[in-house]
Amino acid sequence: MAKIIVVTSGKGGVGKTTTSAAFATGLALRGSQTVVIDFDVGLRNLDLVMGCERRVVYDFVNVINGEGNLNQALIKDKRVENLFILPASQTRDKDALTLKGVAKVLETLKKRFEFIICDSPAGIEHGAIMAMYFADEAIVVTNPEVSSVRDSDRIIGMLSSKTRRAVQNLPAIKEHLLITRYAPKRVNSGDMLSVEDVQEILAIPFLGVIPESQSVLQASNSGVPVTLDKKSDAGQAYLDVVARFLGEEPPVREKKGFLTRLFKN
Amino acid sequence: MSILKYFHTLRPKKTAAVAKERLQIIVAHERNLRDSPVIEYLPELQQELLAVVRKYTAIQDEDIKINIEKDGECEILELNITLSDENQ
Ligand SMILES: Nc1ncnc2c1ncn2[C@@H]1O[C@H](COP(=O)(O)OP(=O)(O)O)[C@@H](O)[C@H]1O
Ligand SMILES: [Mg+2]
Repeated sequence: MAKIIVVTSGKGGVGKTTTSAAFATGLALRGSQTVVIDFDVGLRNLDLVMGCERRVVYDFVNVINGEGNLNQALIKDKRVENLFILPASQTRDKDALTLKGVAKVLETLKKRFEFIICDSPAGIEHGAIMAMYFADEAIVVTNPEVSSVRDSDRIIGMLSSKTRRAVQNLPAIKEHLLITRYAPKRVNSGDMLSVEDVQEILAIPFLGVIPESQSVLQASNSGVPVTLDKKSDAGQAYLDVVARFLGEEPPVREKKGFLTRLFKN
Repeated sequence: MSILKYFHTLRPKKTAAVAKERLQIIVAHERNLRDSPVIEYLPELQQELLAVVRKYTAIQDEDIKINIEKDGECEILELNITLSDENQ
């Protein structure tokens, strides 16, 4: 059964696109047929982070409008087997996505892929709702910072009210908390919310934590998902997140004490 | 108490602790609003209540405060109308 996973947050700039690219790449590295879709219509960026910006011919909206077919729009990653990208349109506005159109594309993708990752635009309007509507699971990306945590809480509210599973009274979307841009030093000095703080406030199951890392900018500079950078701490953390998502218990790398405690509950 | 601990308790509250406290309050408040279906007709209710009270005494728009709190399964509608001295 194909799984649709939305990467969402409410607030912009917290790491949704970075996470979508890294997570999708990690799943494909593990052998799963994976496609990652850019829902940020008008502000396409996933193509740049994935390093395939010059190979975009047709996009998501073209496919919905029947101006090109899905196979023409899907970009096959050159580095990782089983990995495909469906880019957003750069020229249209967010309303170009319709529930009917999105449903049709997802239905077709479900026949071919195990994991469909939806990179949500920021905000709580149409575009964000389109990205989350059909999801089976949600990765809520949160930075340890007041506005990000508050916006995540609003998004969690929307996941349980504005989505297909909510509207049709189906089993709820499975939620995962992913804390990114985490700086343990600042947490220790008392100037940054800790993993435990954020988890306590948002109260959804914890998936992992990605450190604030220079390698993320270097990766996006060169168009390489950070999970392909073997030396990157953030890349390793994303690989751990993928393993945990697949139901494994990856070795805990840093801060043994507090992380093992978190995973035990 | 060690010297270190002593100085620790003297220090003002760290900003992360302040952030957590503020977030817990605002998030609880916003969840309450979200979970109350009543909220949709609240502005209208407020206007109509104002109109009724005004039949008897002069009050300003801001003299009426309406609030919904959730207490377990119960929803509590809290209504506060302030009458100024000259009306009493
Ligand atoms: N773990 C991290 N460490 C350092 N920088 C990060 C990290 N995650 C994201 N960033 C940076 O934050 C910015 C926004 O990230 P992006 O993934 O585009 O966010 P969003 O899609 O939520 O708007 C980018 O410049 C990205 O390089
Ligand atoms: Mg983005």
